[in-house]
Amino acid sequence: MSQKPDIIIVGAGIVGAACAMECARAGLRTLVLERECVGGGTTAAGMGHIVAMDDSEAQFALTRYSRNLWIQMRPQLPEEAEYDPCGTLWVAADDEEMTEVRRKQNFFEQRGVRVEMLDSDGVAKAEPQLRPGLSGGLLVPDDAVVYPPCAAKFFLDQARTLGAEIKMGVAATHLLPEGGVRLADGTHLSADRVINVAGPWSPELMPGVPVRKRKGHLVITDRAPGFVRHQIVELGYLKSAHSVSKDSVAFNVQPRKTQQVLVGSSRQFDAASTEVDHAILSRMLSRAGEYLPGLNDLVAIRTWTGHRPATPDKLPLIGPSLFSDRIWLATGHEGLGITTSLGTGRLLADLLLGQPTEIPSEPFSPSRYANGASHHE
Amino acid sequence: MPDRRLQFDIVIVGAGPAGLAAACAASECGRKAALLESAPWIGGQIWRGEEAHFANTQARYWINRVRKSGATLLTGTNVIAANTPITLLAEQPHGAVEIQWRKLILATGARELFLPFPGWTLPGVFGPGGLQGLVKNGWPVAGKKVVIAGTGPLLLAAADGLKKHGARVVLIAEQTRKSHVAELGLTLLAYPGKVLQGAALKARLLGVPQRYGVWPVRALGSDHVRVVELTNGRDTWTENCDQLACGFHLVPNVELPITFGCDLRNGFVKVDHWQMTSVADVFCAGEPTAIGGVNAALVEGQIAGYAASGQLEKAERLFSQRATHQTFAQALDKTYALRDELKGITTDDTIFCRCEDVTFARVKQHRFGREAKLQTRCGMGICQGRICGAAAKIILGWEQSSVRPPVHPARINSLTTHNQAH
Ligand SMILES: Cc1cc2nc3c(=O)[nH]c(=O)nc-3n(C[C@H](O)[C@H](O)[C@H](O)COP(=O)(O)OP(=O)(O)OC[C@H]3O[C@@H](n4cnc5c(N)ncnc54)[C@H](O)[C@@H]3O)c2cc1C
Ligand SMILES: Cc1cc2nc3c(=O)[nH]c(=O)nc-3n(C[C@H](O)[C@H](O)[C@H](O)COP(=O)(O)OP(=O)(O)OC[C@H]3O[C@@H](n4cnc5c(N)ncnc54)[C@H](O)[C@@H]3O)c2cc1C
Repeated sequence: MSQKPDIIIVGAGIVGAACAMECARAGLRTLVLERECVGGGTTAAGMGHIVAMDDSEAQFALTRYSRNLWIQMRPQLPEEAEYDPCGTLWVAADDEEMTEVRRKQNFFEQRGVRVEMLDSDGVAKAEPQLRPGLSGGLLVPDDAVVYPPCAAKFFLDQARTLGAEIKMGVAATHLLPEGGVRLADGTHLSADRVINVAGPWSPELMPGVPVRKRKGHLVITDRAPGFVRHQIVELGYLKSAHSVSKDSVAFNVQPRKTQQVLVGSSRQFDAASTEVDHAILSRMLSRAGEYLPGLNDLVAIRTWTGHRPATPDKLPLIGPSLFSDRIWLATGHEGLGITTSLGTGRLLADLLLGQPTEIPSEPFSPSRYANGASHHE
Repeated sequence: MPDRRLQFDIVIVGAGPAGLAAACAASECGRKAALLESAPWIGGQIWRGEEAHFANTQARYWINRVRKSGATLLTGTNVIAANTPITLLAEQPHGAVEIQWRKLILATGARELFLPFPGWTLPGVFGPGGLQGLVKNGWPVAGKKVVIAGTGPLLLAAADGLKKHGARVVLIAEQTRKSHVAELGLTLLAYPGKVLQGAALKARLLGVPQRYGVWPVRALGSDHVRVVELTNGRDTWTENCDQLACGFHLVPNVELPITFGCDLRNGFVKVDHWQMTSVADVFCAGEPTAIGGVNAALVEGQIAGYAASGQLEKAERLFSQRATHQTFAQALDKTYALRDELKGITTDDTIFCRCEDVTFARVKQHRFGREAKLQTRCGMGICQGRICGAAAKIILGWEQSSVRPPVHPARINSLTTHNQAH
């Protein structure tokens, strides 16, 4: 890049890669710095569920917007990105959860998201391995599953084709308020703006960013063709995902294109180590086994952990930081960053160019934490 | 769900020579000891099948001794995780078991090193140790033409074993130079026992063509290996065969020690005089600490067993023996060092990761192992990079990928034991 870049993106997880692609497409001179490899951070640990979510209007807007972008991008995605339009099956174990299913159904239908209500038999037919006697469920057929590290690689390759420069194996140590970064070797790179897209590590580059690490565990099985057909999630998931204080587990399984089953998931705060915690792993697998008894006999080949970059209000931070309008943020995507990467890229590019955004950007503005992070939860 | 919990003073993992010796030492010192072994037999790869019909005097001695020692022998017990700092989780045919220990001795042995070359995945291509194991289990080789290639003392041992079962060993192709092996022969003069063994082996292999400085470059055949192409760096020629046994010596099984947090040095588990690892109360003996063969393993196992039992004098008395064997291990290492040309036998279209069917062309585009793994699935399969990771270390200079539980593939149910126990 002969001229000074307009922006430097620090971090090439799936969010950084999507931002690079969208910014380069929008005509911004873009430089990407990644200390390890593309998609090697949280992106290598995520389940890759592309899902419309309804925790809040803002979350819904961003997930639906992003999901549409994934659907549009599908014909271009390489095979390794393993896009699989398998849909989501939310399962209800009891009447209380059935009420939640109906609420979800209404919410989605009112906003034009295709859904299908299933009764007890319908759920059993959709997923014969589920334990008998579940109350019902909600099928969201346009949700999908991807393999995040290769999707991120594809976005970054697109960015390069569109003129972005990528520096791999280069770590930023400081983000400079006057624009630009300092590197580990002491040199500086300058740009009009620098974007902190370092996921769970974003606070290390900018102390005070309201992002905490929320640890999750996953287990992958050996090939088990046809064992499950949809991403299946219990509705209790909402209860546990909402709880930000306690360790929690939820039944959440995913069919992989490789015919493996990916089993999740757990949530723990203040668990900085990347080590597998057997107690929580065991709880998580027991929970999954309650819903899918046959899972107990499948063979696990690897377990791992990842740290979700979590904000207090569970919405990402996209836009200028509170510290300097030359330092921007695109981080804090918690457990939805694979899904929302594409929407984030679009929002960021539009905001940088001062263009109108396709969905409201205010709910994601870092300025919402101007008075400190604490009052949000 | 059946869930068992056991408790011992000393738990030994791996019932090869090192583990047998450790179990004998610990149990004979009056400690409540258990020997855990994933295979259905004791004796490890090298003494597989011995207990049914003893042929090897050392095997007879140690297997009989451990049977009398009072140690609890748990075969068919596969250790899959360190679920707390003082317990391990193991899988048995009928469920999982959690075993608590005060001292732990890891004697997990080594596996064969494979270097991918065109055709290495054809049916009929095995590791020399693997083929020998199959033959002991009744795999028919009588009258079959076998080429044995690669490097290390295992080639000759395999040739001997296969010949006994009626195979026609048409060639032993050892990659190292003859002069290196001659030097080892001189070192061996310091070990009368080894010289005798060597002479007997030589006599039994009389008439089997052996060539040094020769290595395989390709295995050919449509549905099964029929021909192997070999080279000495100048000429290339072919040999017909029904089986190709090819392996490039051994790599230590360090995955379980890593799981328990043991530090490595140059790829081997770091131990002190007492065979204790960097983790207090966790010991390691045999091949994971250095590829030194049966005798080194036996001595190290005993030292670990005595040290773990607090019998330090008994352990100390074995130090000089161990030193001798370690010199031998270093000599072995030098003799069978891999020649640089072997880094070139993997062609672009060679399958590099067998589990996930990934070609070398795809793997080598990447800068390091983790990037290759995440982008190509190389090493993500059922063997978790045990085969391709070891090859990538030699061919591409990549660090091996990290170990995560389970250390061996395990039923989901077995991983939930921890919870059930509470
Ligand atoms: C168990 C689990 C399951 C999940 N499941 C899903 C799911 O099903 N669907 C979904 O949508 N989301 C899911 N997620 C969430 C998703 O994985 C994350 O939100 C997403 O990967 C975040 O991407 P990122 O690019 O922000 O961060 P990362 O992928 O962590 O990328 C940050 C990058 O920045 C680099 N970096 C850091 N510091 C520096 C520096 N100083 N200099 C240069 N580079 C630097 C890192 O190396 C890294 O590559 C899951 C997460 C977990 C943990
Ligand atoms: C959708 C999807 C499907 C996948 N499918 C498979 C699959 O089929 N097979 C498969 O093997 N993997 C699969 N993976 C997972 C992948 O191999 C890694 O496990 C994952 O990227 C997380 O990396 P890691 O932390 O396990 O280890 P690494 O990628 O090796 O390392 C990451 C970091 O964790 C640290 N670390 C590693 N091990 C430990 C440990 N024991 N204790 C503490 N820290 C440790 C390392 O030091 C390193 O800093 C899949 C991943 C995804 C996203």
